[in-house]
Amino acid sequence: MERSEDAAEAGMSNRWPEILVALFLFAIGIIVVNDSIRVGIGWEEGEGPRAGYFPFYIGCILLISSGWILFGALTRFKKAQPQFASWVELKSVMQMLVPLTIYIVAVVYLGIYVSSLVLIAFFMKVHGKFGLIATTLTAVGVPLAAFMLFERWFLVPLPKGPIELMLGF
Amino acid sequence: MEELNNLMHGFSVALTLPNLGFMVLGITLGILIGVLPGLGGANGIAILLPLTFSMDQTSAIIMLSCIYWGALFGGAITSILFNIPGEPWSVATTFDGFPLAQQGRAGAALTAAFTSSFVGAFFAVLLITFLAPLVAKFALKFGAAEMFAVQMLTFCSFVGMSKEPPAKTLAVMALGFALAAVGMDTVTGTLRMTFGTTELLKGFDFLIAVIGLFGIGEILLTMEEGLAFKGKSAKIQLNVVLQTWKELLRYWKTSIRSVLVGCWMGVTPGGATPASFMAYGLARRGAKDKDSFGKGNIEGVVAPETAAHAAGTSALLPMLTLGIPGSPTAAVLLGGLLIWGLQPGPLLFTEKPDFVWGLIASMYLGNIVGLIVVLTTVPWWAAILRIPFSVIGPVIIVICAIGAYTVHSSIFDVVMMLVFGVFGYLFKKLRYPLAPLVLALVLGDMAESSFRQSMLLSQGSLDIFWANPLVAGLMLLSFTMLLWPIVPALKHYLRGRA
Repeated sequence: MERSEDAAEAGMSNRWPEILVALFLFAIGIIVVNDSIRVGIGWEEGEGPRAGYFPFYIGCILLISSGWILFGALTRFKKAQPQFASWVELKSVMQMLVPLTIYIVAVVYLGIYVSSLVLIAFFMKVHGKFGLIATTLTAVGVPLAAFMLFERWFLVPLPKGPIELMLGF
Repeated sequence: MEELNNLMHGFSVALTLPNLGFMVLGITLGILIGVLPGLGGANGIAILLPLTFSMDQTSAIIMLSCIYWGALFGGAITSILFNIPGEPWSVATTFDGFPLAQQGRAGAALTAAFTSSFVGAFFAVLLITFLAPLVAKFALKFGAAEMFAVQMLTFCSFVGMSKEPPAKTLAVMALGFALAAVGMDTVTGTLRMTFGTTELLKGFDFLIAVIGLFGIGEILLTMEEGLAFKGKSAKIQLNVVLQTWKELLRYWKTSIRSVLVGCWMGVTPGGATPASFMAYGLARRGAKDKDSFGKGNIEGVVAPETAAHAAGTSALLPMLTLGIPGSPTAAVLLGGLLIWGLQPGPLLFTEKPDFVWGLIASMYLGNIVGLIVVLTTVPWWAAILRIPFSVIGPVIIVICAIGAYTVHSSIFDVVMMLVFGVFGYLFKKLRYPLAPLVLALVLGDMAESSFRQSMLLSQGSLDIFWANPLVAGLMLLSFTMLLWPIVPALKHYLRGRA
């Protein structure tokens, strides 16, 4: 991607992230304008502005500004680009993003307590190289403290899954 | 000096041992709530509100308002040490507070933040005490058009003052407004951009966006540099405090300016968040060494903190005198008053003088207690930082997930938090500013409704924004700010032609 063999660290350039984010914002702009037109952007006689009146202009601003960013990124396409992140850095980010995504999916299906226990244990064991006792104490202690604080003290129920159900909560 | 007599009476109400105890308890709870991302002042007070029903009304409001002060103080701690703003109004504090902490001057940054908060709040309480009737009368004249003009000015200031490319500032701002528009339209009841899903009915809460963009985004950015956590340790030593206080005296101009901006924005009600950004922008404009801002300038901590606290405190003025809350947290407090059967408004001052003046006196005392508590307990809050990132990282994720969930008890919000987190990372890497996005999300509905009300008043004519000198002046200033980035380009062009 980047012709920078002599650079200290090879990595990904800003080129594609810049274009993709601008395209994403542009797509949101299209959705906003489209939906505003659907609910009406005009003036309802006797009632005032319709629901799409204000968001329509917001969508237009979004289209113009993201189009401007996209245009800028495309005109610079062939030129040298600043580095987005090195491959080493991106690998570290993925080391967090992948477990984080799995954790969020787990929260949806297993509830927050068991998922949190596994997440904390995973990081402490794999990245922190902590001993079994410290890992177990922290991994069990944090969800337990959250349980006491929220379910018992603040009386705010947190998402629970089949395992808590089995234990009778 | 009727106010002074009333105030003295208020002190006699507030200065009882149980009430002082409630103050310390409230401040401590507030700091805890402010430090934990996701458990904000408004949220925390809403959760604790039912606990106060059995309490004496005056004690209850003293404790709840002290939670508010504590949350204001606590927001600064995470902003400076973790670069995670606990509250939207402490976003501007991260700009210079976090670089200061990275340079090993966390103690100075925290002292500056707490002291400025105290100064801001103190002047705002003075304002409440003596100018309440006058200011309330003025704010009564504010129509929808003036309200929209103030909001317009806030947003245009972003474009004019931000260091990021103007197109990117505009884009994220529009994205924020668009996200705020999702859900049921409050005026017509029409469903907007929900695409038939029930999850999108209630729209996007700014708290979810804040937790994702700042909390999760910051964790991903931290990972880029390996497993070393960027948070800095903070020990506040007495000589650092005294030195910083000496240094703060030099910024008296910034302090006064920020107090004025804060009180104005709090009363009108622009709120603490725009006030902190405007004060930061003004301080940067007025400074001799503009380049040092964003790299760790004490003045860049003083300005937003002073303004945020001045605004947060003076936001209680319209709430008490008119029943219009100036901030989300003030709105929750207003809800509490109504539950206790107290109707806020001018009558409250004559019918419940004990309550009103007790509350005002507790604002003085609460802020003094707060300053002492935060200055002495910061090492304890900051001790979290000595724990390795392989422990604190997943724990912060768990807290963020719990925080995102408890806002609306919605699992969809937890998923959204992750999406916002990824975009927070991308936006930061690509130099999109995050603050305008959050602010647009917070103020989106307010700005829209004031715009539509203005349009209703004028039957669709934009002339209403030029109708009187106040609104016309605000609009003119807004457009100047909006077009400000063009000036250097224009200069460059003209110079090239000559």
